[in-house]
Parts: sequence; structure tokens; C-alpha cells
Amino acid sequence: MKRFADVVAVAGLDLSVGAGECFGLLGPNGAGKTTTIEILEGLTPPDSGDVEILGMRWQDGAPGRALRERLGIQLQETQLADKLTVSEVLALFRSFYRQSHTVDEVLALVELEEKRHARVVTLSGGQKQRLAVACALVSKPELLFLDEPTTGLDPQSRRQLWEIIRRFRADGGTVLLTTHYMEEAERLCDRVAIMDHGKIIAQGTPKELIASLGADHVVDFALTEGSTADDLVEILQQMGGVSAVRTGPDGVSLTVVELHRALPALLGLLKERGVELSLLTTHHATLDDVFVALTGRQLRDT
Amino acid sequence: MYQLALSRMREFYREPEAVFWVFGFPIVLAFALGLAFRNTGPGKLQVGVASGPGDSAVVATLALSPRLVPTVLDTATARLRLRTGRIALFVIPGDSVVYRYDSTRTESGLARLEVDDVLQRARGRKDLVRVRDDRVVAPGSRYIDFLIPGLLGMNLLGSGIWGVGFSVVQARQRKLLKRYMATPMRRSHYLLSFILSRLVFLIVEVVALVGFGWLLFGVAVRGSFTSLAGITVLGSFSFAGLGLLVASRAKTIEGVSGLMNLVMLPMWILSGTFFSYSRFPDAMIPFVKALPLTALNDALRAVMIDGAAVTTLGTPLAIVVAWGAVSFVIALKIFRWR
Repeated sequence: MKRFADVVAVAGLDLSVGAGECFGLLGPNGAGKTTTIEILEGLTPPDSGDVEILGMRWQDGAPGRALRERLGIQLQETQLADKLTVSEVLALFRSFYRQSHTVDEVLALVELEEKRHARVVTLSGGQKQRLAVACALVSKPELLFLDEPTTGLDPQSRRQLWEIIRRFRADGGTVLLTTHYMEEAERLCDRVAIMDHGKIIAQGTPKELIASLGADHVVDFALTEGSTADDLVEILQQMGGVSAVRTGPDGVSLTVVELHRALPALLGLLKERGVELSLLTTHHATLDDVFVALTGRQLRDT
Repeated sequence: MYQLALSRMREFYREPEAVFWVFGFPIVLAFALGLAFRNTGPGKLQVGVASGPGDSAVVATLALSPRLVPTVLDTATARLRLRTGRIALFVIPGDSVVYRYDSTRTESGLARLEVDDVLQRARGRKDLVRVRDDRVVAPGSRYIDFLIPGLLGMNLLGSGIWGVGFSVVQARQRKLLKRYMATPMRRSHYLLSFILSRLVFLIVEVVALVGFGWLLFGVAVRGSFTSLAGITVLGSFSFAGLGLLVASRAKTIEGVSGLMNLVMLPMWILSGTFFSYSRFPDAMIPFVKALPLTALNDALRAVMIDGAAVTTLGTPLAIVVAWGAVSFVIALKIFRWR
């Protein structure tokens, strides 16, 4: 548990990550992901509770440093020294570890060879982020911590980073990452824990979590202004193939098992009532829908 | 630690502005002050003579003295020039000669003595005692000789506090300190890397300023260069420690700038950089002497001007070392690593 002044940032959570696994901490901003990961990294002391990393506990002095030798850490919003070149930054980080990749090796890992002599200040956001990950990888870590590694990056840079993470895992590395992109978690992680208000509200493989919705598809619709859907909810809940109904400010969201049965039934019902649709979309259920189902809020804009 | 110190140096020399303020600025300052206060032999004294009957005779008499430059002026102009310091004394000839001058100005007092001497002799005063001038040029007595060691001290203070303070706070603000904490890096290595990189810059700073003083103004180092090197190293360590202390808690550049000024400004004024601290009231002197910059300046001057041996400088050097050691220990204790 961790309190900041009078705010409880992280309130009692239990999770374990197995060797070779990629584990994702998922949640909106302010959910306590960063606090959690920094407690695990030994950067923030917890007010209570136990952390065990690679069979060790955080201690000051030599044992703590011995543990750090085996970890690779990328922090959210670290800005590396602008005036140094890429290879100088890596040489610096490399010098902190007894065992490490050479600068060339780690440049190859993150595909920044061409930028070797470029100053940090001239790098793009994606390149800076790859350099930050390179600083984490330079120590040949057994366990890699990544705090929102792709936040704010364009899709191409994001895919490049995913590829780096996949390669690290292919060599047997363990990854713990935080993200608020559900898509990222679904693609990269073996298991995820969804956090909200400092608590873990669901944990499991992405497939399990989606399956917990009890349905494969989500149908979102909204009615034209003036129409109300309030009395529809009850009828919709009885409808064949619908497993859950939620109304929100933007319209109504249905989780459905059999789209081919539910959709015609919905349209029939609306026609019967004489109300018109202003929006209708369907998609495969994602972790986003899991979050909405658990909290009643959207993940991204909370 | 070598890599840390190396990074520190690279970050520094790639910042052209910082390089100027540390190396260029003191030299520019020394140049300007050296020019302004250069010794041109015994100074010529500008003297005004009131226009009117007999003015040209007085001017002719005064012109006999090599130190006086007499000019005929009307009263209004003379008043203005007297006020702005362009003449030292205004002479109004007549049956009784009137000297108008500001008695608080040293050169006015000199001018009065000289003018009076010349005029009295011209009227037939006889010297009763025979005198002979025995002129001595005291080594290192010029203002620039006094100034260069002071600037050296000030520069060591400035670059120690700025160089260390800004880097630390910037690293803290950019969460770089936290990132370093996430590696097995030893904390003491981080702090020591500042002192190590300071040592390298120190050589450049000292050589630049002392070399400049020597080349342009012939400011010699009378003591041994080893003593000078030893003292500057101690001073530089001490101020790096002070810089770490100043930067140990501050979270923003603005915050640390304020603190730096708070630390440095009083020392610039009090510690005898530009003028001797003996001008301050006696009651203040013990406090002034306890400041690290005062102690360093005293030691530097003792070596550069008087050619003193390091062994005679125990007290000031102890003060310098004590400041540095105490600051470093406190900094290490209270340092905010995140």
C-alpha cells in the first residue's frame, strides 16, 4: 500500500509475475500503475506490504545494487541529457553495470545504429523512447520494467517498440509493463491486471478477461435527439442473444453473444417503436469493454 | 564514475553560453577593470582656474608643475566639472586665493596640496628643510594585481555553484536522477563525478585567467605554481561541495537560481573580490573572514602577490576546507534523489 499525503495511491494489491512472462498493468491515468511499478522497482518505498523480485527483497547498499544489476528499467517521462549523443548515453549507462551489452549490440537491439552520433535533442519521440528502452536493455536484464513505453507515440514507432519487446521475450526475458492502451496489452501481454483507483479490479489472460464479459460482440447505438431509450433497456435485456445492457451519455451499449440474432431483433424493435438511430457500431469485444463493464467508464478519457 | 564525469564535461562544453560565462566573462571583466584602473604613473590632476584678471599668470605658474593640468574656466562650467569629477580643484585667483573642492575626494586633496605648493613657491616661499625623494615601486601593488586573484576566487565560486547546482537540479527535474537511482550506480560516485569534472575545468579556468593577467597586464605569480594549484583545487572542491548543498533539495531551476544568488551575492560583495574587505566596519570583519570566498581570496593573494608559502596559510585554507567538507556531508544527508 502507498499513501501520498492523504491520497491512497495504491491500496493493497496482490500480483505475481512468472519468469518469462509478459505482464501488463492496465488502467486509466491516475489508477496507480506508476506508483505500483515504482514500488516494484524499489524506487518508492511502500508504506506497507511485501515485494519480492527475482527471489530478493529491496535493501539498501550492496544487496540492492546486486538486484539492480539484473533489472532493466524504463521510467515514464525521463529526459536523457540533450547534449550527449546516443552512443555516449549508452556508454554512460553501460558503465553502471558489471555485465552489459556493448554499445553496438544494444544499438542493434533497438535499431538506432544510424543515430549513433546524433545528439539526444535531435531524436524524434519514438527514437528517444527506443533509446530509453536501450538504456534499460544495456544491462542484459532478466526482468524488464517498462512504464508506459508507447504513450504518445505514433503507430509506427509503437510497433517498433513492440517488436523490441517481443525480441527481448524471445530470448527468455520477463517483462512487466504498464499501459493505458488496451490494444497494446492484448498484443503483448500473456496476462494483464486491470487497475482502477489503486486497486486491481480484474486479472487474467486477455482472452479470459474478454470471455468474462460472457459475449463476443459489442453493439453501440444512439438514438436521434428527442427519442428516449429508458424504457427500452428492460426489453433489450430480455432479447435473445443479449447478455448485458448499459446506458451512458453517448448512447446504449449491448454485449451480445450472437450478433446475427441480436442485431435484426434490435433493429426490428426500434422500427416498431418508430425511433431512429443516429449511430450504430459493432465490434469484437476488447479489454476496453472489460474496463467499461467493470467500472462503467471509458478507459481512454477518464 | 569516469563515464559520469566525462558526460558532465561533454554536457558542459557543448553549452556555449555556459562556457562563456565560466571562462570568457571573468576575462572580459578583468580586461575592463584592468583598463579602467590601470596605473599611468602618478596621475595628472585637472585643475580649473577662474577666468578673470590674472588668470593666465596663475595658469602659467601651475603649468610649471608636471602633475597639474590647468584650464581657464568660467564659474558655471567649473561647478559642473567639479561635480562630475572632471576637475579636481577650482582655483579662484585674487588677493587671497580661493580653492574650491570636495574634501572627500582624495585627488582633490592632492590637487590642493600641489597647487598650494606651486603658488606659494612662486610667491617666494623658501623650503626650510632639504628633502630627497626615494621612490619605491611595491610589487603587486597595482589594482589589477589585487583584482586577478579576486576574480580567480570569484570564478571558482561561480563555476562551482553554477556548474554543480544547475546540472543537479536539471537532472532532478528531468527525472534523470531517478533513472540513475534505478541502476546499480553508487550515489557517492554521482556526487564525486561533479568534483572530478570540476577539477578538469579548474585547470582551464586558472590557466586562462592567470595567463591572461600575465600576458596583458604582467600580473606575475610570485609564489610557487604548486601552491597556487593546491589552493585552487581546495577552493574548487569546497565550492563544488557548496554547490551540491545548494542543489540538494531544490526541485526547479528557478528555485535553485534564487538560492545560488543568496549564497553568492553576499560573498561577491563582502569577500574582497573587487575591493579590500577592510573597508567594512571592524565589527563585521570576523564574519567576513569566516566566509569561504574571503579565505580563498586571502590565500590566493598571499601566494600571487606576496609569494607566501602554503604552510603559512593554515587558517584561511582550513576555513575553505571546512566549508566544503561540511557542505558535502550535509548535502549527502539531505540530498533529494528523485
